[in-house]
Amino acid sequence: MKMNRTSQIVLKIVKYIVCITLAVLSILPFWIMIMNATRSTFEIQQHAISLLPSKFLASNWAVLEGKTFDPIKGFINSVIISTGSTACAVYFSSLTAYALVAYNWRLRQPFFTFILAVMMIPAQVTSIGFYQFIYKIHMTNNFLPLILPSIAAPAMVFFMRQYLMASLSIDIVNSGRIDGAGEFNIFNRIIIPIMKPAIATQAIFAFVGSWNNLFMPLILLTNNDKYTMPIMVSLLRGDIYKTEFGSIYLGLTLTVLPLFIVYFLLSKYIIAGVALGGVKE
Amino acid sequence: MRRKSVNYAKYGYIFSIPFVLAFLIFNLYPTLYTAVIGFTDMKGLGKTTFKFLADPFQNFQTILKNPSFQESLGNTLVIWIINFIPQILLALLLTAWFTSPRRKIKGQGMFKVLFYMPNIITAATIAILFSSLFGYPMSPANDFFVTLGLSKEPINFLLDKMTARGIISFIQFWMWYGSTMIVLISGVLGINPEIFEAADIDGASGAQTFFFVTLPNVRTILLYTLITSLIGGLQMFDIPRMFIANGGPDGATLTTSLFIYNQAFSGSYLYNRASAASMIMFVIICVLSAMIFYVMRDKEASKIYKLNKKMEKEYKRQEKATRRAA
Repeated sequence: MKMNRTSQIVLKIVKYIVCITLAVLSILPFWIMIMNATRSTFEIQQHAISLLPSKFLASNWAVLEGKTFDPIKGFINSVIISTGSTACAVYFSSLTAYALVAYNWRLRQPFFTFILAVMMIPAQVTSIGFYQFIYKIHMTNNFLPLILPSIAAPAMVFFMRQYLMASLSIDIVNSGRIDGAGEFNIFNRIIIPIMKPAIATQAIFAFVGSWNNLFMPLILLTNNDKYTMPIMVSLLRGDIYKTEFGSIYLGLTLTVLPLFIVYFLLSKYIIAGVALGGVKE
Repeated sequence: MRRKSVNYAKYGYIFSIPFVLAFLIFNLYPTLYTAVIGFTDMKGLGKTTFKFLADPFQNFQTILKNPSFQESLGNTLVIWIINFIPQILLALLLTAWFTSPRRKIKGQGMFKVLFYMPNIITAATIAILFSSLFGYPMSPANDFFVTLGLSKEPINFLLDKMTARGIISFIQFWMWYGSTMIVLISGVLGINPEIFEAADIDGASGAQTFFFVTLPNVRTILLYTLITSLIGGLQMFDIPRMFIANGGPDGATLTTSLFIYNQAFSGSYLYNRASAASMIMFVIICVLSAMIFYVMRDKEASKIYKLNKKMEKEYKRQEKATRRAA
């Protein structure tokens, strides 16, 4: 019994050591990055790890800003694309899910099966055709080809449908009909508010997914003025910043900062959303 | 009353129109177009016209025989395997600890938030951050190794094939184990608690419960995680592209997505070959998707669907019988 107790305590200590190590491992790279963003290239070359900040933030910013890397422009472009595609995705996915749940139409079941079937098909492997198509209609360097495709988001439709099936009562729809509201109005005025929690969760993931997307913007946007944040980041790898270590770290920090803020404000919902995504049975 | 319900059914079609249109224009058409380009001579910057090749499968043959493509397929699989095995093992271990009913770990919420955090950060940023962290001759990783006396001179990590692949695998592992863990935990929490109570009454130890009760019950979710991770892994692009230039030492970190991108958009503009390679990947991913579809299919829904069909048949048979009788 005594043995058992000591081994339990040892196991408990091991658990905490592993968890704390992993937590440190999550933070440390970002911590080094933020600290180095405030240090001069010389300091970094002397000692590349520092857990305390230095005082060269302003000079790093001056170097960073003097070249093609433009975090503010990248930020604005990314906000436009991410907001647009998130709005399209959540609105039209809700609408499609509502069509699947509220109405009894002949192709309903085949349509749902079809959505399940195309859910996993990735956009990346069809990128050549997509690029050629967009190039032909002269829409490269335009944000619309990055926004409009999110109208068809099969995985989100699936999620919204599951949510609606659990929370929609047809009585509410019928009372709207008795009040003389049209079907489209019922959707906008009654259904959308019911779906708010699901929309919030899905909106976070859609936004972050669009914000972090590199592949599509990289092939479609060739004009400096249209670069998104991840493309701006890729400039930091180029020769222009070769030895400006402090500025590179500062540039990386600037791209991460908005995500950190969003994450720590919404982490509760994000974790819950990840958990929901797995239980698709 | 009946006329009204017929009337409402049309809204099902109307409300699905935007989805269907967007799918046809931005998804199906590019897919078919990619497939078509794979059979043509389309190459060169800004070219939009094409002729079909005399031997339609020429591009596919060239790609399949291309040593660079074969190597990229191998690299992608190696990088995925080195990342996935430790990822799923660690996620399972943490799941066992976090769902153990007897000994709760304090601060679970905080740990979950921190473990998941890297997943939400832009992959391109993380790749460049790690390439700075593992830089040569001076970088935090080298600082660490030299200060601790593990190495006398700075190491050029990115010159060795396996080290370069290993770091990319580690980044993937680091970004995804938290997500996998949360999914598994929610799967375990979804198991009927009575099963655990029964195991407890039977005197099962914590480890026994985990291996013989918990694991078999999350089998589907494990398989789902495996296949989605493999599909994601086959499309790995941001991290290998941003971490090392030009596919790394001896092309050790050239993944298939990177290969396709290089064929089409850097230097050679071989849209036709890139399309052929894309379609090969497309087929592989479709097979994997079909497996997920089969594993995760809405069991209840398909049961009801079958039942409906059976009833319909029965109804028609009866109708025929009554007609014949009349």
